[in-house]
Amino acid sequence: MVRSGSGPEIQADVLIAGGGLVGGTLACGLAMGGLSVIVVDAQDPADGLDAAFDGRASAIALSSQRVLEGLGLWSSMEKASAAIKEIRVTDGDSLFFLHYDRRDVGAEAFGYMVENRVIRTALASRFTDLDNLTLLAPARIDALERNPGDVRATLADGRTIKARLVIGAEGRKSPTREQAGISITNWSYRQAGIVCTVAHEFSHDNVAHERFLPAGPFAILPLPDNRSSIVWTEREELAPELMALDDDAFLAELEERFGDFLGRLEVVGPRWAYPLSLQFAERAVDHRLVLAGDASHAMHPIAGQGLNMGLRDVAVLAEVLTDARRLGLDPGAGTVLESYERWRRFDNTLMLAMTDLLSRLFSNDVIPVRLARDLGLAAVNRMPPLKKVFMEHAMGLAGDLPRLMRGERL
Amino acid sequence: MMETDSNSSTASPEEVARFTAMAETWWDANGKFRPLHQINPVRIAYIRDFVCPHFNRDPMGTEPFKGLELIDIGCGGGLLCEPMARLGANVSGIDAGDKNIAIASLHAGQGDLDINYRQQLPEDLVKTGKTFDVVLNMEVIEHVADVDAFLAASAALVKPGGVMVLSTLNRTLKAFALAKVGAEYIMRWLPTGTHDWRKFVKPSELARGLRTNGVEVSDIKGMVYHPLQDTWALSNDLDVNYLVSAVKPL
Repeated sequence: MVRSGSGPEIQADVLIAGGGLVGGTLACGLAMGGLSVIVVDAQDPADGLDAAFDGRASAIALSSQRVLEGLGLWSSMEKASAAIKEIRVTDGDSLFFLHYDRRDVGAEAFGYMVENRVIRTALASRFTDLDNLTLLAPARIDALERNPGDVRATLADGRTIKARLVIGAEGRKSPTREQAGISITNWSYRQAGIVCTVAHEFSHDNVAHERFLPAGPFAILPLPDNRSSIVWTEREELAPELMALDDDAFLAELEERFGDFLGRLEVVGPRWAYPLSLQFAERAVDHRLVLAGDASHAMHPIAGQGLNMGLRDVAVLAEVLTDARRLGLDPGAGTVLESYERWRRFDNTLMLAMTDLLSRLFSNDVIPVRLARDLGLAAVNRMPPLKKVFMEHAMGLAGDLPRLMRGERL
Repeated sequence: MMETDSNSSTASPEEVARFTAMAETWWDANGKFRPLHQINPVRIAYIRDFVCPHFNRDPMGTEPFKGLELIDIGCGGGLLCEPMARLGANVSGIDAGDKNIAIASLHAGQGDLDINYRQQLPEDLVKTGKTFDVVLNMEVIEHVADVDAFLAASAALVKPGGVMVLSTLNRTLKAFALAKVGAEYIMRWLPTGTHDWRKFVKPSELARGLRTNGVEVSDIKGMVYHPLQDTWALSNDLDVNYLVSAVKPL
């Protein structure tokens, strides 16, 4: 029953709305698990590979790196990634600090920094390798109908798609989620995240720095070739002024926070500012519908866990849907989706609560709070078991891990 | 429409009426048949992992059952037939209740699956001479009136060299406590009166009944419920739910 469509109906097991970092990676996982997949993305694929489109870089925790490896995406990113071998957390100009060394957990690295456009490039090339994966972009879903036995989408250009399951992976403002009437809990941190890339004179030695400044955390994250990615949390009302500064004045503000330990600095490429908010969908599944990544949960970037939590969704969904396929189960069946929801819910809630607590604790200059957290940092630093727990969380190795995150085959 | 054939029938009329009344809710995973939806992945995996090596198939492949003739006896709303069809088998489903067959056919149509559903009793199908590579007898034996006649008819449907997979409830005090009293009266997973404990069959009785009809048991596994995770898993505990795989030698 094709309604307004013209031309032949395209069929697949799964329709993914959104082909970004989460949607794209998920598409690779499902295709490798033997499901046929259609990805619909609003963006022209060529635009996403340009540095001016998305200047952000992502922290890829060790567990996420295993997912990318397992899906055949890592080999093409590896050269353009920088390992994080040490993490140094300091509180403003206080002398207390927390130091994490990869050797304490016996790992190659805590994780890796990769520019988003590098991930997009890897996805674009992997898409062409996988036979049962079709990318429709730029394209927009105009109408989505979820029936007892299937899902039907009509694109703006009139093409129609029939699938058993639709996955909303379009990010924070997911139209799939909105159309399904799934409500979200949302609150703003009244902070903005300013993101840019700097080139510096000396090597960063693969050390990541997180400084807790009064306005919020300021992170210096290693990129290849004496460059670092800056995530600078600032009070909401100050961000526009900083963004409006000319290059020299902006650099001066940056240097004040960055310091001179890496020598001379230069801002390379454009700068971006993003409002920071926490957002959590009331549920991640509905009839023949699943939400993944930021569409389901978007958090404060304080712990660099946004994409990592999204990739955990990917690993769990790829496993649950592949197992269902191998049992001949309908990928959109309620019992199948329920196992995803059950697996992810607790984990997501915990991570959201942790990052929220951290950001509230550290975006604060009240003396007793500062004192308490300084003592806390120093105490954690001296308690190897507790430190190890924190590190395992940061590396994504805590909790009930899906096969891809354990480095096993899908 | 019930067949007009008035010969000895293996389905007791009360049982047929009871399940037909519940048929609309077959496909609601959170409805009355939730326990069946929950055990489905476990029993399908058991079937797949027995059938694949027997017929030399790759269980991870896309359609490991491709080309196999399979019948599900007491197919109900099609919970098992549909996955079997997606795994590539040529599936027939028979059930004593006409409403079940109507629902199963309707649902298969919604999912674009080609399954041959028919309201029929196994003993009537035997008369047609049709045989199958795989015969499934899942969660039905505990509902039939004459177990021996039912097993004889089921065994006759297996091709020489083919297999049969069965699952049912053991006649132990533990099964009475968990499957009858626990599931029906305490947890309310199943409508009261779903099971009659006296009809539960012991593994030894099942094995004997099959052997008499030329089918040899090759494996028996238990299936247990983990209350904290709310999931089911295979186990060596045969006291309540158990699964049996059997082969009809060439």
